[in-house]
Formats: sequence, structure tokens, C-alpha cells
Amino acid sequence: MKRIPQILMLLGTLCLLTLFVFPMWKIQLFAPQYPDGVTMYIWINKLGGDSPGTLQNVNILNHYIGMKYIEPDAIPELKYFQWIILGMVGLGVAAAFWNKRSGFLIWLILLALIGILGMYDFYLWEYDYGHNLSPKAPIKIPDASFQPPLIGTKIILNFVAKSLPHTGGYFFMLSGVLAAVAWWLKGKQKS
Amino acid sequence: MKKHPVQKIFGFLALTSMLVLFFASCNSNSNSPTSGVLGDDVASQVYVGPGEYDEFYGFMSGGFSGQISVYGLPSGRMLKVIPVFSQDAEKGYGYNEETKPMLNTSHGFIPWDDSHHPELSQTNGETDGRWIFINGNNTPRVARIDLSTFETAEIIEIPNSGGNHSSPFTTENTEYVVAGTRFGVPYPQADVAINSYAENFKGMLSFIKVDPNSGEMEIAFQVLLPAFDYDLAHSGKGKSHGWTFFTTYNTEEKSTLLEVNASQNDKDFIAAINWKKAEEYIAAGNYKEMPANYAHNVYDEETHMATSTMMKSVKVLTPEDCPGLVYFLPTPKSPHGVDVDDTGEYIIGNGKLSADLSVHSFTKMQEAIANESFETEIAGVPVLKFEDILAGVVEKAGLGPLHTEFDGRGNAYTSFFISSEVVKWKVGTWEVLDRAPTYYSVGHLMIPGGDSRNPQGKYLVALNKITKDRYLPTGPEMNHSAQLYDISGDKMKLLLDFPTIGEPHYAQGISADRIVPNVKKIYPIEDNKHPYRAMGEKDARVERDGNTVHVYMTTIRSHFAPDNIEGIKVGDKVYFHVTNLEQDWDVPHGFAVQGAQNAELLIMPGQTETLYWEPKSVGVYPFYCTDFCSALHQEMQGYIRVSPANSNIALKWGLGEEEDQS
Repeated sequence: MKRIPQILMLLGTLCLLTLFVFPMWKIQLFAPQYPDGVTMYIWINKLGGDSPGTLQNVNILNHYIGMKYIEPDAIPELKYFQWIILGMVGLGVAAAFWNKRSGFLIWLILLALIGILGMYDFYLWEYDYGHNLSPKAPIKIPDASFQPPLIGTKIILNFVAKSLPHTGGYFFMLSGVLAAVAWWLKGKQKS
Repeated sequence: MKKHPVQKIFGFLALTSMLVLFFASCNSNSNSPTSGVLGDDVASQVYVGPGEYDEFYGFMSGGFSGQISVYGLPSGRMLKVIPVFSQDAEKGYGYNEETKPMLNTSHGFIPWDDSHHPELSQTNGETDGRWIFINGNNTPRVARIDLSTFETAEIIEIPNSGGNHSSPFTTENTEYVVAGTRFGVPYPQADVAINSYAENFKGMLSFIKVDPNSGEMEIAFQVLLPAFDYDLAHSGKGKSHGWTFFTTYNTEEKSTLLEVNASQNDKDFIAAINWKKAEEYIAAGNYKEMPANYAHNVYDEETHMATSTMMKSVKVLTPEDCPGLVYFLPTPKSPHGVDVDDTGEYIIGNGKLSADLSVHSFTKMQEAIANESFETEIAGVPVLKFEDILAGVVEKAGLGPLHTEFDGRGNAYTSFFISSEVVKWKVGTWEVLDRAPTYYSVGHLMIPGGDSRNPQGKYLVALNKITKDRYLPTGPEMNHSAQLYDISGDKMKLLLDFPTIGEPHYAQGISADRIVPNVKKIYPIEDNKHPYRAMGEKDARVERDGNTVHVYMTTIRSHFAPDNIEGIKVGDKVYFHVTNLEQDWDVPHGFAVQGAQNAELLIMPGQTETLYWEPKSVGVYPFYCTDFCSALHQEMQGYIRVSPANSNIALKWGLGEEEDQS
């Protein structure tokens, strides 16, 4: 019983490793001529879709309105974010072995900061893609916003765009929840 | 805590509205628009709502169109025309450089044929949805269509044959498809007097081995027989697996005024071939390797190109040397179709000039062979006694029986051309159960799986030869009509009437779920092995080799790369190799250039196709995309500049460069 907080902390830490297996975020575009939708996945180290051609298909759609091509090589986050996650795993394991309530809390705050900064970064990219349009775009619609939703659903011209966390993202949240529970239980044990 | 009554009511209302919403949403997903007020109405039975799928694919031969057309059943909606033996300008088939070799034969390039009998591949006697085969009647050929792409994958020419009519009719594991000659021809071909027919002419039946994995065909052996006209065929199934049956007419062996001279014998034959025996004779080396010359054309899905190889010999078996290989089954009179019922026991000879249908028993035939109870022998082939092998007769069912299909419930359906009707009868008791008129003069019938061991006997399609007043008139030429009947009940019920392309001589039907999961949506670009592919716009270029120019061009919504080409000269031979970089379903691009003497290209995502073009005069000529690809399709265009033959204009190409301001 006494080891439960420590085990939860360790489990929470290991949840982060699922980010190397599952996408963390999913953006879907729906329109009548795309009956199955176009589904884009964001991983910690790559962009993908439900078919090998998805990214190309999204870029083809985007080029009508002069949106920049989404080039995974041009997104540095895809290169370094995995190291941050690995770092957090290392710190989490250390915190679990140190097995101090304050260690759990510090790790939890770090994780929350990474989550918030990550979402802010995601928003900036979306803002950039949605606003930084080519002046030579074939189709120009004054005052229209092409920025995809941060989270939730939005209508962009003929598309319904949906942006939601995916398996990896949910595990990221679970990771935080487990660390928080570990911290809380540890507090109860002391009292 | 007790709930206030008002709270209870609100709770109940909330629950009710949720249930209502739930059921309403269920309803909107429902696939059955047929229920409700329409009830048993005929229209509701063939109505397939917008966006809904048909239950069956129907594959109709194109007859003199040389193609196969694909329909959805029961709606009768046409889904696609698959080019097989005839050039098709719409798709560039037989016009582009990649598919020209598909139409190569020992007579050179043949742009047309008369396609007759589609036949689906089978596994364990059931249609498996992998391939469909079809025969070319005029320049004897058999084609294989791949049902993951609905494209012609292979065509093999049949040597020593004149009119490949009794073909392709698969065995129950697609071990073989067959090809029997309709016209006797001199063997080997020679300059002889036509009236020496009986002496110099022969009839050849060919067995084409099908590779169980790739589907690739090769002629395993031919059986040399008298110069009868071998009309139709079907292979045995179940207990009769290992045998193939061919009908004959003109057993009189005449070469002139056949409508009279070939209609004199009271009985002609069904030729029964024991192909398992043939395999033994081949293995034992009991054959003659005869020189031949025939084309074998294969389309490679990775290079997106066809290659044609001339084959130089064929193994021939002769009945005299191979006892037990062939038997003749006397059958009244000039039989057209020969149909083996789903149990494999009954062999129905549709004697088109007889008032009766004669049914042979496979068991009795085996007994007669074992007892060596033969009437006579023709060219080394024992002729069995009609009475020995007869299982029964469907008496005076109609006039001009042509072809029979089965429903898997012990019933047979025979088309009667002269009396223009379908007659349903009971296998085993030979009693007529029902008859339905057709509009008009039905040829063949089709029940999905109706010539397999496991028919899906829900619908029957009658393929008619005469249309007349069935639709709005379109001048002297009318498309042939087809009718769809519901055969699930005791009585046949006419549901639908629809026009077809060319002249469907036969058709095949198959449950859509045996095909749909395997259908490809694109060709993966990374698998493209075309020697002139351009894997991206960075590969787009123009190369000159003497007066031959290769343009490596790409398409993506919505531009060509390159779209400006200069330095081409009059008299050049220009090859546009166009790679479609798209990887999205149903985004082909077209390519057409002014003055092209062949056709357009229609390039599927991930594919490379080549158009040959000879500029004849100086000028600047536009090219453009022919398939509406996007909102910017109309802008998908370019120019090619043609200079005089002796000019020094350098080869130059580009995309999106600023215009010269000087």
C-alpha cells in the first residue's frame, strides 16, 4: 500500500512513452467530395495521415488559398520535441525513485508547462498557416479566416475542420492525472 | 431524497427526447428506402437510393464493341466500360504507347475484336472476384481482367483456331480456361481448296493454364478434333470436375450455305474432354510439340506497360494417340449452350433447332464409358449412345433453346430465342414450372453465380438480341436490351428493362462484397517502375536523342511540369511521358495536344502514360488536361513551340517562370 504513489508516478511517467507509438493530435477535414474525410495525424516527430498521400492532398487543397506547403522538415519542433519527452521520462523515473512529494509536484508542474507551451506553439503554427497566405493565391476571400481550430470544430470555406487530441495526447493527459493522484496520495500518507 | 413531481416529468421528457433523437438518427442511417408505403412495388425492388451500392456487379460482354461493360444490379446502372479487345479513345487504351502491345497478334496490331463470354474466376466452384476472363471471337484471343483495378491485365492469342467462340468457361478452381474454335480451319494453315473442307480442315480445342497466384495464362495443350463448329462450352463441377464439355454444330463438315447444310444431322455432339487425362498424357510426353506463332501480351501494374511476346510452339494431343481423352455425346440438334447444373451431374444440351432440351447424366456417361458401350468412332473419338446417357428431356418447353442457368434451388432457366421467353423448369423431374416473355428474342441468361457450384439465385438477367420499341427510338440502330427478373419466388417477376452496350452475348454476376474490399483506389507512386517516370517536379525535363524527344512530364492539381517547351522541330518524334503525381482517389489527369493523331491520355494517380506526337508544321501548339480535375482545371494548360527542322532554337522547358519583358 505504501508504494502505491511511487508506482503511480512511475506509470504516469511511462505513459509518455506511448507518444512514440501513437499520434498525439488529429485534424480532420470533411466536405461532400471527401466522404471519408481527410485525416491528418500529428506525432511528436512526424506528420502523417490515413494514407501515404494525405499530406500531399492537404497541401493541394491549401494551395488554392495560397497557404504555405506543410513541410515536416521545416518544423523544428518535430525534431526536438521527442528529446523533451525523453527528458521528462528520465526526470519522472528519477522522481519516482526519489519518492518525495515535492519531486512529484515539480514534475507535474513541468509537464503542465510543456503541455501549455506545446498548445501555444501549435496555435502559433496554425495562425501562421492560416494568415500567412501567398499574395498570388488563386482564390482570395477577404476577411475569411483559414486558421484551423486549436481544439474543436470550425467551418473553413467548404470544409468542416475538426481538431482533437489523439491516443498519444490522451496518454499525455493521463500521465499528468496519474502524477497528480500520486502527489495527492503521498500527501494523505504523510497525514 | 425524493424527487419533486415536476423534476420527474422533466426527467421523463429528457429521456423521451433522447430516445426520439436516438431512433431518428438510426433512421437517417437506414439503408432501406424500399420499406414503407411502396411495399411490394416493383420499382422499390430495383431502386438503389442515391449514394447506395448495388448488391451485385454484373459484367456484360460487349459483343462487337470488343469490351466489357460493368453494371450494378438490381438498379441496372452502368458503372464502367472496361476496354479489352478494342481501342478506346476515352481512356487512351490501345492508343497510348503502354497499351499498344496489348493488341498485338500474329497478324500485327489488331484494334478491334468481338468479345463474347465473360467468365469469373472460381475457387472451389464459387466465383472469387479475382479476375474475369473473356474471349475475342474474330482474331482468336482470351483476355484476363484484374478485378482489383478493372483493367485488362493480359491477352493471349489462340493458334490453330478460327473464331474463338466456345471460350473461356473456367474449371472450378480456375485451373484452366478453354478456347474452342468455332470455324474449322486448315491445320496447319495452308493454301487449299475450300471444298476440301472435310479432308483438310480441323477443329482445335485449347486449354489455357491459369497461374493460381498471378493469374498469368499459358496454353497448356490443344486437342486436335474433326472440323466441326465448336459452339459453346462449360466445365464440369463437383463430381464432373476434371471434364470440359463443348457443343458442336456442322458435324456435317460443310463449308458453304451452312444454314441449310449444317442443319441436316438430327443429332450433333457434345465433345467431352477429360482434361485430367490430358494432364497425364502431357506428363507422359504423349504429345506433339507443333510450331506455332501467337502473341502473349501482359500488362505490368508496376511499370504501367504492356509487353508482347511471340510464342513459337504449342503441345497438341490427338485422340488416336490418347484413348479416354475425348468422347462424343450425341445431342439434338445444333446445340448452342452446354450447361452443367450446380451439382455437376446434369449436362444440358440446348439444341437450338430442336423442340426439346436433352439432358445428359454424368453418372450414366461414366457407366457407358466403363462398359465401352459405343455407337461408333469418329477420328479416334468414341461416340456414346444417346439412350445410354440421357437423363431426361424437357419436352416442348419452347422454341430455340439457347442457354441454361441455375438458381441453386434445383431449378433451371432456359432462354428460348425463337419464342422469346425464359422457361423455368425443375432439374430431375424435367417439368416446366413457369415461363416469362422477353423483349425481344433472348440470347443468353445470367444469374449471379448461375454457372458455378453455388448460384446466388435472386435475380436473372435476360440478354436480348432485338430491342425495337422498348425505349425512346434512336434511329435505325438501337442498343440491345436487357431485362431483370426477380426469381426468388415461384414465379418469375419482370422488374426492369435497361439498354446495354454492343451486344452482350453472355454475362456474369457476383455479390459486390466479393470484389469491393480488393478494389484499388490509386497506384502508389513509390511503386511506379515506368522507365520514363518522373517521380516529382524536380524530375520533369526534356531530353533529345537525335530527332526523338522524350518529355518527362508531371501532373498535379492543377498544372503540368513543364508547361512551356521550346526547341522542338518539325519532323521530331515526340513522346510525352506523363506521370500523375496525385495520390488521391478519383483524381486522374488527362493530356491532349493539338494535332495528335492517336487520342488523349487519361492517367490514374501514380501512373505514367505516354502519348506519341509528330509535329507536322511550325507553330506554337497548346496542350491541356482533359479530365476536370479541380477548380483550376481550366488553367491546366501549356504550350509546345515547334520550329523549322533546320532551326537552332535550343531545347528549353520550364514552369512558372516570368515572361520575357524585353
